[in-house]
Amino acid sequence: MANPLKGQVIRLYKTLLYLGREYPKGAAYFRERLKHAFMKNKDETDPEKIKQLVARGDHVIKELEALYFLRKYRAMKKRYYDPEK
Amino acid sequence: MSGRVLVGVKRVIDYAVKIRVKPDNTGVVTDGVKHSMNPFCEIAVEEAVKLKEKKLVKEVVAVSCGPQQSQETIRTALAMGADRGIHVEVSGNDYETLGPLQVSKIMAALAKKEDAQIIILGKQAIDDDCNQTGQMTAALLDWPQGTFASEVTLDGDKIKVVREIDGGLETIKINTPAVLTADLRLNTPRYATLPNIMKAKKKKIANVKPADLGVNLTSKLEVLRVEDPPQRQAGMKVETVEDLVGKLKELGKV
Repeated sequence: MANPLKGQVIRLYKTLLYLGREYPKGAAYFRERLKHAFMKNKDETDPEKIKQLVARGDHVIKELEALYFLRKYRAMKKRYYDPEK
Repeated sequence: MSGRVLVGVKRVIDYAVKIRVKPDNTGVVTDGVKHSMNPFCEIAVEEAVKLKEKKLVKEVVAVSCGPQQSQETIRTALAMGADRGIHVEVSGNDYETLGPLQVSKIMAALAKKEDAQIIILGKQAIDDDCNQTGQMTAALLDWPQGTFASEVTLDGDKIKVVREIDGGLETIKINTPAVLTADLRLNTPRYATLPNIMKAKKKKIANVKPADLGVNLTSKLEVLRVEDPPQRQAGMKVETVEDLVGKLKELGKV
């Protein structure tokens, strides 16, 4: 793996792992899938492809943040606000 | 305005956790249960950080009252963009009886000590659902209050607040210094990602005792009993629409 990208990839993995702690299906489920996804590409050497994969990882981070926000927002709305008539 | 914003953040049982009442009915189970920042407090922090990013205020200070673990909640606020934190240490029995009156006394004392222009709190905590701390703090300080805020605009030395009330929205203009409480639609709180949490480790959290602020924590309230809500009645299944109408008539609903 190209050197500067290695740091990026590791940071991405750590960030995703941290986010996965709140995953609705459980942190263990998430960690397994995360590891599998990263291991699948571990022999990739083309810097361009690696950058693409990291970008895809960043996209997943945004999707998870959106998921968590929506879950919380909907739960709060349901508990504290009257349903629209 | 280049003032200081005080944001109160409360450590509560995570919203997604299923609450269990203790067998002796004195409270809910908190040991080993996941805790996090009260969702309305997250919205309050986000609003304060947004004000700072727009350069309308110069510093955001996150405050939490509670035991050692409250520092985690302050760290989350720091990761979201607060500049520094104040941990007001309250533990043991004092923490069991800590309620809006005590917290508002603490917030009022801190507001004076830190020379704050704005205090932003969540509208209510999801564990006690009091919806009182913001209002009491404003009263103790004799400051105006903009509660249930769904939109906040700074306008010179005044604040325009759009409030969510029964029947719609109310827009008010209040002087500063003021207390605001955040409602659900005020903003979308940012997630405290790992890189931000790492950066926030350098930010300072000051340790303060309520006695240092001259606050008496005695509570005049006593919790007598905590119970589960009544169990939901099992539903009934019917075969046809006629059956449904028949059953509804039986129950006197139609």
